[in-house]
Amino acid sequence: MSNAEKMLDIKDLSVVYKTDLETVYAVNGVTLSLEKGATLGLVGETGAGKTTLALTLMRLLPERTGKVTSGSITFEGENIIDLPEAQMRKIRGDKIAMIFQDPMTSLNPVLTVGEQIAEALLVHNEVGRSKEEIEARVDETLTLVGIPPARKREYPHQFSGGMRQRVVIAIALSCEPDLLIADEPTTALDVTIQAQVLMMIRDLRDRLGTSMIMITHDLGIVAQTCDNVAVMYAGEIIELGTAEDIFAHTMHHPYTDGLFASLPNLKSKTARLQPITGLMPDPTNLPKGCKFAPRCSRCMEICKEVPPEVYTEGTHSIRCHLFHQSKEN
Amino acid sequence: MAEERIPLIETVDLKKYFKVGDNALLHAVDGINMKVYPGETIGVVGESGCGKSTLGRTILRLIEPTSGQILYNGDDITQYNARRMKKMRQELQIIFQDPYASLDPRKSVIEIIAEYMIINKTLPTKRDIFNRAAHLMDVVGLARRYATAYPHELDGGRRQRIGIARALSVNPKFIVCDEPVSALDVSIQAQILNLLMDLQDEMCLTYMFVTHDLSVVKHISDNIMVMYLGQCLELTSSDELFEKPLHPYTQALLSAIPEPDISMRNKKIKVIKGEVVSPVNPKPGCRFAARCEHCQERCHQEAPELKEVAPGHFVACHLCDGPI
Repeated sequence: MSNAEKMLDIKDLSVVYKTDLETVYAVNGVTLSLEKGATLGLVGETGAGKTTLALTLMRLLPERTGKVTSGSITFEGENIIDLPEAQMRKIRGDKIAMIFQDPMTSLNPVLTVGEQIAEALLVHNEVGRSKEEIEARVDETLTLVGIPPARKREYPHQFSGGMRQRVVIAIALSCEPDLLIADEPTTALDVTIQAQVLMMIRDLRDRLGTSMIMITHDLGIVAQTCDNVAVMYAGEIIELGTAEDIFAHTMHHPYTDGLFASLPNLKSKTARLQPITGLMPDPTNLPKGCKFAPRCSRCMEICKEVPPEVYTEGTHSIRCHLFHQSKEN
Repeated sequence: MAEERIPLIETVDLKKYFKVGDNALLHAVDGINMKVYPGETIGVVGESGCGKSTLGRTILRLIEPTSGQILYNGDDITQYNARRMKKMRQELQIIFQDPYASLDPRKSVIEIIAEYMIINKTLPTKRDIFNRAAHLMDVVGLARRYATAYPHELDGGRRQRIGIARALSVNPKFIVCDEPVSALDVSIQAQILNLLMDLQDEMCLTYMFVTHDLSVVKHISDNIMVMYLGQCLELTSSDELFEKPLHPYTQALLSAIPEPDISMRNKKIKVIKGEVVSPVNPKPGCRFAARCEHCQERCHQEAPELKEVAPGHFVACHLCDGPI
């Protein structure tokens, strides 16, 4: 992979939320990269740090508490961590756009749908579009997501959940971003509507050549839409690989194995699911060694003491002591 | 089935209409006939707004039905007066969807679990009641050190365990599980599903499992009912439904599930157009007609009846009228 192809390169990124009382270690040394036109799936359970990572990419962390403690984010050759806010504002919404999780609360209830899509276009109006051109672009974006342009004068409450999510997607796509971050775009939707929205996102990505980060907890969605997959646990990437590495290979981090075993299988009848015991560790007080050790069924002595290094085989990398051991033997 | 079994719960043409504005009726549950036998689980699936939660609550008379009968062991409980119904409620319990909203924030865990037993005076002394509550915490896998904790101190999975312990406290026969795992992460979801299935085996419980998640419903149910706008479109055994779905809506629902398998990646998904139409004053004819790809003239005129097309397989669709 040459550097020229990488549009996004995250190196050793750590983010904390700091209050007077405690420090929450939300993202711990994440290294990731994304090629142009590719889709990366970011999987993990509640509290794994997926959304914090996305907010950091957008530079939308809460100002008072959220702090980047180390690392860099290089987006199209520029480290966006240190960019002044005025410059970041030019990138945010224009080059990097985000589809937020909850379509019910991420729209402004007192503005019409059309006004909200036009807002991004007005803010990023370097080319000096006229009012008519902006209106035309609003109509175009709405058509793209399958909403009749005539509905642009309606307010969010007049739309159903699936339609609102389309509006949120239309806002994100209005400026034709290079990188689209989709944070659980279909979690609030029914399966049939989810299928419609996913098909649309996939189709738009292929047509516009947008790179995408798809954040989800649903392994099914990842299998159907992503080229690369990163599994997050307690703020770390514990497994990273191509979709084939994750879904077709048998060698996995015990946590990834646990996630798969927790899913009821549609094809065969399993009498019992094999859940992962216990809960995610408290992010204010993370274990000293491997962060998954307290829940791991294959935990060894070394796991409790020493944080594991990344073990890599081709495109597939796993952060676990098990594989270092087997290599030595 | 040769021998005649008595269903534990049976509904006969159960209807619940809500009045919305002048002359408008929202048909939330519209003529549901179903039978649940002791020790079995019936899964009820459908999209949001199809009336599945209302059905669950109507069966327990938490919402009064508009018409129809609810038979519990052959006895019509819609005729019961308030006092008799209160006694009855011990046998009919519910586990709610949202473990964040369904627990009293001002009571401690042990008080929440003991509450139903205190109200119903199931045990002679308070001491017995609290001992039993503590025992129930063991049964559902809650460490006893949480007895004096308050719900806000616990995570979603533990809260849902409190809801389960509370439902079990009065020795129910029938439990409506209203999306008990949809607010939980997959690893916790699997823990709760296993717990529910273990409890069913140990205590011979009968479940009605309401959910929108088809893989969960397949895992836990013996029979599955697919609901759409208050009506039952298809009802059959869990295996049969996934192998031979007959109703176009069921087929579309099944094909819409994203599977964690990359070989299915280029599978053509049957995307159904549009969204659920309003359940207020529905038009005559099949309720799914507006979104159905096989829709014919007849579907707009006349509502298909639920017919048994194969042993134990009921479908309400004009397409299935002829021999299959």
